[in-house]
Amino acid sequence: MFMLRDMLHHLFDLWLYKVALTLLILALMVPLNLAAQSLTIYSGRSKALVEPLIQKFEQEHGIRANVRYGGSTQLAVALLEEGRRTPADVFWAQDAGALGAVHRNDMFDTLPDELLDLLPGRLHNSEGTWIATSGRARVMAYSSRRVDSTRLPESIFGLSDPQWRGRVGWAPSNGSFQSLLTSMRLLEGDDVILQWLRDMRDNNAQNYINNSALLQAIAAGEIDVALTNHYYLLRFRETDPGYPVEQTWFAPGDPGNLVNVAGIGMLKNARNREASLAFMKFLLEEENQLWITREVYEYPVREDVVTQSVHSSLRDIRELSPDLDLDDLSDLNRTLDLLRRAGLL
Amino acid sequence: MLQKLTDIFRIHNLPSWYFLTPAILVGMSVLIPLMYLLVRALEADTALSMELVFRYRNLELLYNTVLLALSTLVVGTLIALPLAWITTRSDIPGRGILTLMGVLPLAIPGYVMAYALLGFTGANGTLALVFGIELPRLSGFAGALTAISLYTFPYLYLNFRSALAGLDPSLEEASRSLGYRPGEVFFRVTLPQLRPAYYAGALIIFLYVLGDFGAVSLMRFETFSYAIYLQYAASYDRVYAAWLALMLLVLTSSALVVEYKLLRGLFFHRIGSGSEKKAVTIPLGAWKWPAYIFVTVLVLLSFVLPVSTILFWMIQAFDPQQLAGLQRALTASVMASAPAALLATALAIPLAYIGVRHPSRLTRGLERIAYLGYATPPLAFALALIFFTLNAAPLLYQTLTLLILAYALHFLAEAIGPVRSALYQASPRLEEAARSLGYGRLKAFFFATFPVMRSGLIVSAAFVFMSAMKELPITFLLAPVGFQTLAVNVWSYTAEAMFSQAAPYALVILLFSTLFVGLLFTREWTSR
Repeated sequence: MFMLRDMLHHLFDLWLYKVALTLLILALMVPLNLAAQSLTIYSGRSKALVEPLIQKFEQEHGIRANVRYGGSTQLAVALLEEGRRTPADVFWAQDAGALGAVHRNDMFDTLPDELLDLLPGRLHNSEGTWIATSGRARVMAYSSRRVDSTRLPESIFGLSDPQWRGRVGWAPSNGSFQSLLTSMRLLEGDDVILQWLRDMRDNNAQNYINNSALLQAIAAGEIDVALTNHYYLLRFRETDPGYPVEQTWFAPGDPGNLVNVAGIGMLKNARNREASLAFMKFLLEEENQLWITREVYEYPVREDVVTQSVHSSLRDIRELSPDLDLDDLSDLNRTLDLLRRAGLL
Repeated sequence: MLQKLTDIFRIHNLPSWYFLTPAILVGMSVLIPLMYLLVRALEADTALSMELVFRYRNLELLYNTVLLALSTLVVGTLIALPLAWITTRSDIPGRGILTLMGVLPLAIPGYVMAYALLGFTGANGTLALVFGIELPRLSGFAGALTAISLYTFPYLYLNFRSALAGLDPSLEEASRSLGYRPGEVFFRVTLPQLRPAYYAGALIIFLYVLGDFGAVSLMRFETFSYAIYLQYAASYDRVYAAWLALMLLVLTSSALVVEYKLLRGLFFHRIGSGSEKKAVTIPLGAWKWPAYIFVTVLVLLSFVLPVSTILFWMIQAFDPQQLAGLQRALTASVMASAPAALLATALAIPLAYIGVRHPSRLTRGLERIAYLGYATPPLAFALALIFFTLNAAPLLYQTLTLLILAYALHFLAEAIGPVRSALYQASPRLEEAARSLGYGRLKAFFFATFPVMRSGLIVSAAFVFMSAMKELPITFLLAPVGFQTLAVNVWSYTAEAMFSQAAPYALVILLFSTLFVGLLFTREWTSR
């Protein structure tokens, strides 16, 4: 008996063990948390952007939302792995590619017409399994210190010109950039795009991991021009109004001006279909569309929602952008194949 | 039959079941992800997978990965060995604080370190804005090497440090009495004894670099882990990613074999009474200034730079409302990381023990298998556990328990090294003596060996705690829905270029790691 006490004394002599043990026990007691009136959201949109909106939904509808935040792609892969056993009710993603992957695995349910009718036809996929919740535009960002804006190319294809040698940055691994490539491929044909990718590579285009890194590289003087999404610059300006970067579109109708979307779909075996649909409808309400515009700097997807913000309305942007639908954008495989063949992935 | 089996595994000295059983269980759980990867990889049609595996690009990735890993090892050693010697043997003032400074860079997430280095230089960098000095930004190999070395050297440092602290000084004294000069004592007597510690730390750093994603991606240096990430991220392609992950594991296995060969036949425990004797403190003399400069530059780069970067983000746009979510995130982080640190350390004991005290193919094999969990890309590791729990233990899915288990299994390798080094220094004679006095095996272990291992255990727990605090992919996929750690918040804000909002979370990770490590080391100091 004495021995045993001594042994225990040894083991527990660090009070840290006690703390840890308590934590371990507490951890095991955390309930599974799958209450009836709750909605489970897999959100590829980051917490930073959407948490206030989700809290507003909880308050207005008295529904508790359990959110799993992560990268859109990681969550899409996790959904594919979970299959029918997924606890998720809805999947809210940054881009059409992630939604397309889940759709192609037949995991999304068809949405009711009353929801689909709120949007212009091009802003949901043709089978009606997912809808856009906000739009973002692809732009050309450039250094306000080193680049004369009148000398910028009219078309994205002009960036492979020798005068831009080593001065252009892009993010070949980024989902939004890949969507842009997909649209360019559909408009111009695979061969043209493969050639352009090779020309860009030979012109010493610099690879970065994401859009923020591109803007920081312009500010730091590593590159002069970059292909990015429109809203990152607006966020940099929030903390630093004098951020030395500007952005612009290519000429109207140029394949370089794509409007891409974030979107949401409901899973086939969603436990809480009513709450799922309520949440999707909530996201399309005028007030919340305006909130997205104001706080996240993206475009509303409903044509009847008018914005008076720093940037023009989605309708104007779409006039700049070539005509494409969202199903096309979610077909990534051949785009990736081109990127691999050009040695960029 | 049994005889045959024991012959195959060269077991002549079978460990007791209470060490062997947990070791085998742990070994098996670590193999789950491997099996998952095989299942996924074999889904591909043969022609396609051949094309994927034998791409020229993979050779480039291999070259980049190995080059970066080996160079990090060299730089890490050049930082860690002098620092360990200075903080254990010299008379430099403030050794306690320096020790802490040698550990804390571990708490800095890799991408934060990369952002700090990137934001420091360049036309719009802090250096240019504040001092008017415009240096080109680091990138590519040099950038990745600098960033990774600056936050991985503590793995080597702590291993060196506990080895130096635990060395039997009588050997050094004997060699001095035989006429060796101090330098000779260090290189001929001390250094060779540090080998187990070096191998353990080096292995972790090597494996860490193989798996690092944050720093290499921001520094634009393409390695295997980068390519694996791109496959998952870009194409939702679990098959090609699985092939890449398996190739990475082959690379890992070769590192493990090398370490195994190097470690064979090393025993460094003291033979005498077992009572601890403190090594003599060596005055730095004329070396004082180089030592000061070395330490100052190191602390500036590895700690002050990232911390001031975070502070700089914070003051840019501080909004007290941002602090509201902090406490919840902190609770989440600690609830998962602290138990995982303890669990991993506890699991490391039987693995290291049977490997050191009952060396055989089986036991060495089990110990090495634990390292495979560390080398499996975290995203693949998490997907494997989703696959496994949903099919075998659905009740466990989406629980904190699963997250803790996942952390513990994934970071187990970090815990094994220090425990193993400590065991090498604890003489088996002590345990034998205890047993001859009538103690059972387990009791003998707890009374004779466990107390000697304590400093190793502390280091293990510290490693795992800090790694778990900043872990991302596993947390994303395995944490219960709605459970958001500090690291998830930091990532979430930085990914959206909202650096000022990310800052408080990053700062709390650092603060809490400091507290935890400080606590561990105070215990160590007071118990001496």
